Amino acid sequence: MLSLTAPSAGTYDVTEEPLDDRMQRLAAVRPRLLSFARLHLRDNALAEDAVQDALEAAIAKNDSFEGRSGYETWVFGILKYKILDLLRAQKRQGQWQPLEDETDDETLDRLFQQSGRWREEARPVSWGEPEAVFENEHFWRVFDACMIALPDTIARVFSLRELMGLSTAEICRELDIKENNCWVILHRARLRLRACLERGWLEEEAS
Amino acid sequence: MMMCRRATELMSQRLDRPLTWQERLSLRFHLSMCGACRQCNRQFGLLHEAGKRFMSGSRHEDDDSR
Repeated sequence: MLSLTAPSAGTYDVTEEPLDDRMQRLAAVRPRLLSFARLHLRDNALAEDAVQDALEAAIAKNDSFEGRSGYETWVFGILKYKILDLLRAQKRQGQWQPLEDETDDETLDRLFQQSGRWREEARPVSWGEPEAVFENEHFWRVFDACMIALPDTIARVFSLRELMGLSTAEICRELDIKENNCWVILHRARLRLRACLERGWLEEEAS
Repeated sequence: MMMCRRATELMSQRLDRPLTWQERLSLRFHLSMCGACRQCNRQFGLLHEAGKRFMSGSRHEDDDSR
């Protein structure tokens, strides 16, 4: 499908250079698109396909992008719609587990005493300055690993909310769940993620 | 009085919906007295920000130029 954009001689004098430039930027952003797709779809082959589709669409629609800044964001936007389409298809085909089992209290009982206070071993500790955290490559590695470790349904709701930026009302429409249920799931997702990050991250820092 | 478990629910929901003024007040009161919950609150905020960075492409910025 790359042939879609192959210029016949003389017709692309003006746009040839920028397109070339953009191909390089696409190649550079590809690993990030892939890990984004993987976190949503939780399937390597499916993620590869979605990214391939998005890259081809980005090249085909190259002319409709104006301006250099935000190009990566624009490509992410294309991928976002591809992923949403795939998720909807999965849902239609009945490939999703029901969400009920994620709302049990096991997660919370591991973290809190009967009284509602933190268990001693589960008390959150400081991660330092946010900017330093974001610049730490190890943080992102642990972030990926902790996302993958989440149960499918929790991960799906969390990534739609926090990675795609959908509102909980939109998520409810996509997943056919009540908004209240959505908040419960997000609460558990955040607690599990922060515990996993703290464990994985501080262990590595100490070693 | 509100306990940590309930406080973490409000810290989480604060990122997804506007809290009522009673909720805001009781959360603020709890946070003023509980160091562990203050850390948790910061970390929820950080996770929220991390997701945005992922999309906007500022994550692993230096990877692109290598």
